Amino acid sequence: MQDQIAGGGILHRRSLLKAAGAGVAAGFLVPVRATEDWMTHAGEVQSEYGSPSKFARLKREQIGGHTFGPEAGSSSSPLQDLNGTITPNSLHFERHHSGIPAIDPSKHKLTIFGDVARTLQFNYEDLLSYPMETHLYFLECSGNSRRNSLARPLDLSAGSLNGLLSGSEWTGVPLHYLLDEAGVKNESRWIIAEGADAAGLTRSVPIKMALDNVMVALYQNGEPLRPAQGYPMRLFVPGCEGNISVKWLQSLKVQKTPGYTRDETAKYTDLLENGKAKMFSLKMGVKSVITSPSGKMQLRRKGVYEISGLAWSGNGAVRAVEVSADGGKSWAEAIFQSEPRPLALTRFRIPWRWHGQKAVLQSRATDDKGNVQPSRDSAIAGYSLAGFYHYNGMQSWGVSEQGMVKNVFV
Amino acid sequence: MFSFKGIALILVNLLFLSANSTSGLDEETTLGHILKPGLGQLVINFAGSIVSADGSGLPAGSGTVVEGKSVYGKHCAACNGIDGQLPGNQLAGGIGSLATGRPLKTVGSYWPYATTLFDYIARAMPYNQEKMLSADETYAVTAYVLRLNSILDDEARLDEKTLPQIKMPNQDGFIELIK
Repeated sequence: MQDQIAGGGILHRRSLLKAAGAGVAAGFLVPVRATEDWMTHAGEVQSEYGSPSKFARLKREQIGGHTFGPEAGSSSSPLQDLNGTITPNSLHFERHHSGIPAIDPSKHKLTIFGDVARTLQFNYEDLLSYPMETHLYFLECSGNSRRNSLARPLDLSAGSLNGLLSGSEWTGVPLHYLLDEAGVKNESRWIIAEGADAAGLTRSVPIKMALDNVMVALYQNGEPLRPAQGYPMRLFVPGCEGNISVKWLQSLKVQKTPGYTRDETAKYTDLLENGKAKMFSLKMGVKSVITSPSGKMQLRRKGVYEISGLAWSGNGAVRAVEVSADGGKSWAEAIFQSEPRPLALTRFRIPWRWHGQKAVLQSRATDDKGNVQPSRDSAIAGYSLAGFYHYNGMQSWGVSEQGMVKNVFV
Repeated sequence: MFSFKGIALILVNLLFLSANSTSGLDEETTLGHILKPGLGQLVINFAGSIVSADGSGLPAGSGTVVEGKSVYGKHCAACNGIDGQLPGNQLAGGIGSLATGRPLKTVGSYWPYATTLFDYIARAMPYNQEKMLSADETYAVTAYVLRLNSILDDEARLDEKTLPQIKMPNQDGFIELIK
């Protein structure tokens, strides 16, 4: 076919525009008379806090709880049902270590102590008076997509497999404002952040990062943080594994050494085949995933489809995304649907014609530091089978001749 | 209108300005600097509850393996199993297994510092009754979990001085990517 620019049916970007043109012309034939129930009487009254259409109710996938209890569990964003780059607050992924605390902000304080000139406490109202910054950032759990590192592919949706990932507009006080006020001593190298939840989750942040782009986040997508995201305040460490952006932030201890807390030693470390483990592998690697067509979907017609997906990198901005429909034999560069920004989700797309052929859809992102997303084989090479974090291998979706889309390993 | 106090606050804040933001947003202000309200309240004698590997942050107290066995039986065994052997949640065993085909990560085989165990029990255990244990009980149950891993003997007692001196079997098993 003349429009095809890569194997398996990948089309030139203009192809779909032509197809859409035909659709608009047909649109003029639709009658304008009211024929549906909602056109003939008043609808619902306005509400205090809105909710989605009952025809578009989306759900997070619940991913099992810890053996201790269901409160120590997680839920993933339904990536396959969303478009754009912002995850609605109600659908942002969650991971808690002892449930979601109901914190009264008038009883919550943030204390900065340790190697500082002045130990200072900030209450919530006071922090609202500070100058803030607003940025689009992704947040990804370092255990995201981990199940694709297992021996066999699980037949699950894009969100279930890769949805410990969300994108938001985060607003908060740059941490260096508060650290400057407390007066950080010269020899300090680390800041230990502690949450006020029952788990008291605690992580160490290198001071270089803390003085650069870390914030005490107070708003997410324009509204005060939801309790599940750290209300009244959380640390936000852009580009890094989600666990380090400590929710319900209550103290920051400045010191020369890391805290070597349980979550950065026993848990969020990456065990290698040789028995050694990487510690403080904080930054999330360059990664992408096709969200449509994706796992558990069924193609119901032959014709042109829009391949759509998300790309991101903890090292900077996404520079390019390539898409393959023939399992990696040939590739074509996708179009950016959204402007690529540093440490934020980028939406890509490319048209694809399906005429009933078997296909394997893959995407491969490259960031502006030159990092290229690895294949699954490269991503797991050298790591222990005991489970590790930071899996960023390519996601492959197999399409059958019947149009069933399924997670596959290539 | 500016009060004298307000001007003084602004002047004080100008002394603590930061020029190292990389966001590029600071530069857009006409004054060249962002004014901050300086509302942090001075606190003295704030101890916090963060225990580090050198033992800083440890409270005074002590506990024995024998006492720890009793605390463990009451508050820990239901979730972590008798002798820390509940499959999927094992606290003990697996020492030397990390480079094999069946690696088992436990306190004994994986955790680099014993102080971390104290810190974690003190802040996050027992699940759903967090922070109920006294400092003495926390030292005791820490000692017991280390005994289960044959790192301490039956007669051992731990306190804020002896705990940081314990060398864990896997202390040198980590590659620290940031120093």
